[in-house]
Amino acid sequence: MAYDAHPGITPSRPVQSVDIAIIGAGPAGMAAAIAARRHGASVALFDEQPATGGQIYRGITQVTSARLDILGPDYGEGATLASSFATSGARHLAGAAVWQVTSERLVHFLQEGRVQSLQANAVLLCTGAMERPFPIPGWTLPGVLTAGAAQIMLKGSGMAPTSPAVLAGCGPLLYLLGWQYVRAGVPIAAIVDTTDGGDYRRAIRHVAGALAGWQYLKKGLELMATLKKAGVPFYKGATNLHVLGKDSATGIGFESGGMSRTIDTSLVLLHQGVVPNTQFSWSLRAGHIWDEVQLCWSPVTSKWGELDVPGVYVAGDGGGIGGARVAALQGEISGLAAAAQCGHLPLATRDQLAAPLRADIRKNLSIRPFLDALYQPKKANRVPADGTIVCRCEEVTAGDIRSYVELGCTGPNQAKSFGRCGMGPCQGRQCGLTVTEVIADARGVPPTEIGYFRIRPPIKPITLGELAREA
Amino acid sequence: MKPEASGTTPPSSGSDVIVIGGGFHGTSSAFHLAKQGAKVTLLEAEYCARHASGVNAGGVRTLGRHYAEVPLARASLALWHNLPELVGEDATFVASGQLQIAENAAELDKLRRRVEELNALGFFHEVVVDAQQVREIAPRLAHHVVGGIWVRDDGHAVPYRAVTAFRHAAQRLGARFLEATPAQSIKRIGAQWQVTTARGVFSAPWLVNAAGAWAGEFAAQAGDPVPMKPGGLMLMITQRVPHFIDPVLGAAGRPLSFKQFANGTVLIGGGLRGSADVVRRHGEVDFLKLSSSAQTVTDLFPHLEGVGINRVWAGVEAFMPDDIPVISLSRAAPQLVHIFGFSAHGFELGPIGGQIVSELVLDGVSTLPINPFAVNRFAPAVTH
Amino acid sequence: MPTDSLFKPLPLAGRPETVSVTLNGSALQVPVGTSVAAGLLSAGVKRFRNSPVSGEPRAPFCMMGVCFECLLDIDGAPNRQSCLVELKEGMVIRTQDGMRDLLVGLDESAQNGRNQHGV
Repeated sequence: MAYDAHPGITPSRPVQSVDIAIIGAGPAGMAAAIAARRHGASVALFDEQPATGGQIYRGITQVTSARLDILGPDYGEGATLASSFATSGARHLAGAAVWQVTSERLVHFLQEGRVQSLQANAVLLCTGAMERPFPIPGWTLPGVLTAGAAQIMLKGSGMAPTSPAVLAGCGPLLYLLGWQYVRAGVPIAAIVDTTDGGDYRRAIRHVAGALAGWQYLKKGLELMATLKKAGVPFYKGATNLHVLGKDSATGIGFESGGMSRTIDTSLVLLHQGVVPNTQFSWSLRAGHIWDEVQLCWSPVTSKWGELDVPGVYVAGDGGGIGGARVAALQGEISGLAAAAQCGHLPLATRDQLAAPLRADIRKNLSIRPFLDALYQPKKANRVPADGTIVCRCEEVTAGDIRSYVELGCTGPNQAKSFGRCGMGPCQGRQCGLTVTEVIADARGVPPTEIGYFRIRPPIKPITLGELAREA
Repeated sequence: MKPEASGTTPPSSGSDVIVIGGGFHGTSSAFHLAKQGAKVTLLEAEYCARHASGVNAGGVRTLGRHYAEVPLARASLALWHNLPELVGEDATFVASGQLQIAENAAELDKLRRRVEELNALGFFHEVVVDAQQVREIAPRLAHHVVGGIWVRDDGHAVPYRAVTAFRHAAQRLGARFLEATPAQSIKRIGAQWQVTTARGVFSAPWLVNAAGAWAGEFAAQAGDPVPMKPGGLMLMITQRVPHFIDPVLGAAGRPLSFKQFANGTVLIGGGLRGSADVVRRHGEVDFLKLSSSAQTVTDLFPHLEGVGINRVWAGVEAFMPDDIPVISLSRAAPQLVHIFGFSAHGFELGPIGGQIVSELVLDGVSTLPINPFAVNRFAPAVTH
Repeated sequence: MPTDSLFKPLPLAGRPETVSVTLNGSALQVPVGTSVAAGLLSAGVKRFRNSPVSGEPRAPFCMMGVCFECLLDIDGAPNRQSCLVELKEGMVIRTQDGMRDLLVGLDESAQNGRNQHGV
């Protein structure tokens, strides 16, 4: 077996190409496609879902007016984007799971059981956000879902809880869900809010920004008022959350107002904020920084959203949490940049068009420091006690990870190699942040020194048979 | 027993041996040396078992070895079977046996001739098996397989766990491990080797160059240039599958290394080359090449067609032109041992590699036949 | 809908159209126009699989394809993320109990197995 005895087959079959490949059909992806198409770039947009909208505007292309009424006006904004996208001339690859983007901008995807690839001059990662892990005892039981999951049931399938659910955690999405349930006449057992006095005191320092984003603030206050008026039981400053039940959730226990409490329910909806979905950016070995405020990793980008991998951009929540409107604006900016990179518009025009969008972004981001301070997830809910499962797929607890650190596993990749956390089907999506923070906490160093799992393709599963047929 | 943070300890005054490289061979060397009472400091650029040693296919394989490696491999296997006594744990080693299959008569003939030659050399670990025996060993194998070679006491282990077991044992014996301490250059000054790292200078009378894909540079600095080439080797791991095979599988006619762990996941490898960036220290996967590997698997095990691939990676390894490693004293400089270039089959040799190194350091000669692995065996005109 | 299902369609547009699928061999009526995961949740399915590590019961968590808890065998393909698969009439669905049994019908497929030599 000399050096190249088994080089493997490198077929030189032609691969289709496109100017711009966009991953993700949420607000960022749609806005980017629309902007790029306006300047004549060829665009292919990939999304696993059958229709556009991403998660925040999920189901927008098929929503009824009755459902729109329940979901609220912010959701309705997605309809304009979706219809502009539909007429933009961009190629929409629906039901397409992208499983690798190479640094040479080759996009590998799986659609209807067929593995294919597309070469792009520019790739825009618009993969959005996902919910922050919320590792509390019992969180792996059937009957525990994220608040986002419940919203998807509402938006995508028009479904709501059969019996009163408990909404637990913190953050605008949690209260929005409650508000939507109230409008739909769906009873809520309780909102168990982990926000406490300290959070309000920290947030008040950013009240100037909050007032600058007064429309967001106003909406938030109206939302809370609706919930109060509907008589939804509200528990503040909740700590020590744990889900009860043996084979499925039967209730939730916690402490609030100095008392231990238990609420019976078969449905617990957890939420403590959203974090960027960074699987692709990590797999490209792009640089990331640890955001000390949002407590998550964000890819390092230029002001056009370009990573330190040339020709690959990030726009929307996948680059840092800003919300749907900011995502659309960022998508437009990156779309312009990518189109300019492909020679479809002069750089000066690109700069000119982007300027008002940047001003809009600044305006829409002014509320963020306030929200980030007010709803910063509690440490106990990010760095749990020993017995709590951190890696759901492989059932690795926080205590297990701490023991790996004791054995000399100083980072997430060693912990993974030693104890399998992060090796399961979700490849670290549900545990990665927790593993980083548990190790950082155990070692007494900041998360930025710990790093994150090494993320490798396939970013979405493909079978041996599917891969074999690509040959 | 955590490795010490660099920068909080003084340079290794008082060390007998510095080992560069925290892969399997470096770690095993540190262990065996410490076991003989030597004071060892090991310098690792990232973390132990970060590269080839931690991300390989985990085959504990004496089957199919280059004849020069066979005595070393058999001696190493005895250590694998004795790990609880040697390092205090079994290090996840499972003696599942290894099987190399032939898919037609010509391949089987070749395998028969090989076994005859090995027998003539006095080795009987490889046994020819026919189609019926193959079916008994691996019932789910496709029916076109006509026979193969079987080694009953070979097996597999989880690479990171195995290296970690040796590291812990070495640390218990007093060896010092400094991670995140990349060695940059080596120099012989008087009776000491001086190793300059990003975190200070370390010195000791003896030096072991176990730096894997980066060892060529240190060999050249010592005056032992070798035509070593770094490369990337690709591997895939699947989702969990109901248990269907015990032994590790290779194929005579095509690149394949195939094993199923106790947790049901299947690891697929077999010499398929990706690319390696030694400067940025990572391997890159070539998916178009990997699809031929996937085809090999589904040809041999059609029922795996629908099984999902969880992850694919490429490890960074060192390759030699004659496909066997360098294990020898330096020919140019005193008190230096080289152990590198395992060309994608060094894992099983880990336990014995360190023993040979400790013999060379402490006795000046090894009890095993290592002449074929001399660092100066290449034509003089060859450069690194 | 069974009273112990976690979710049910909102009564916005009358009774929803349903299709029939089989789950572990038993027929089930589920609303059309949803993902398999959503449909099964509304049909009262509480356990989708057993964790292969400890055997404890698991069910959908995120409904958007990032948690991999909703894995089901759909029409013979194992480990499908059922929240990403549109539910269709006649689908044959099986929960994954530890590890799916791949050995059903194996001997036949081995006899007819593909191989590069055509042997």
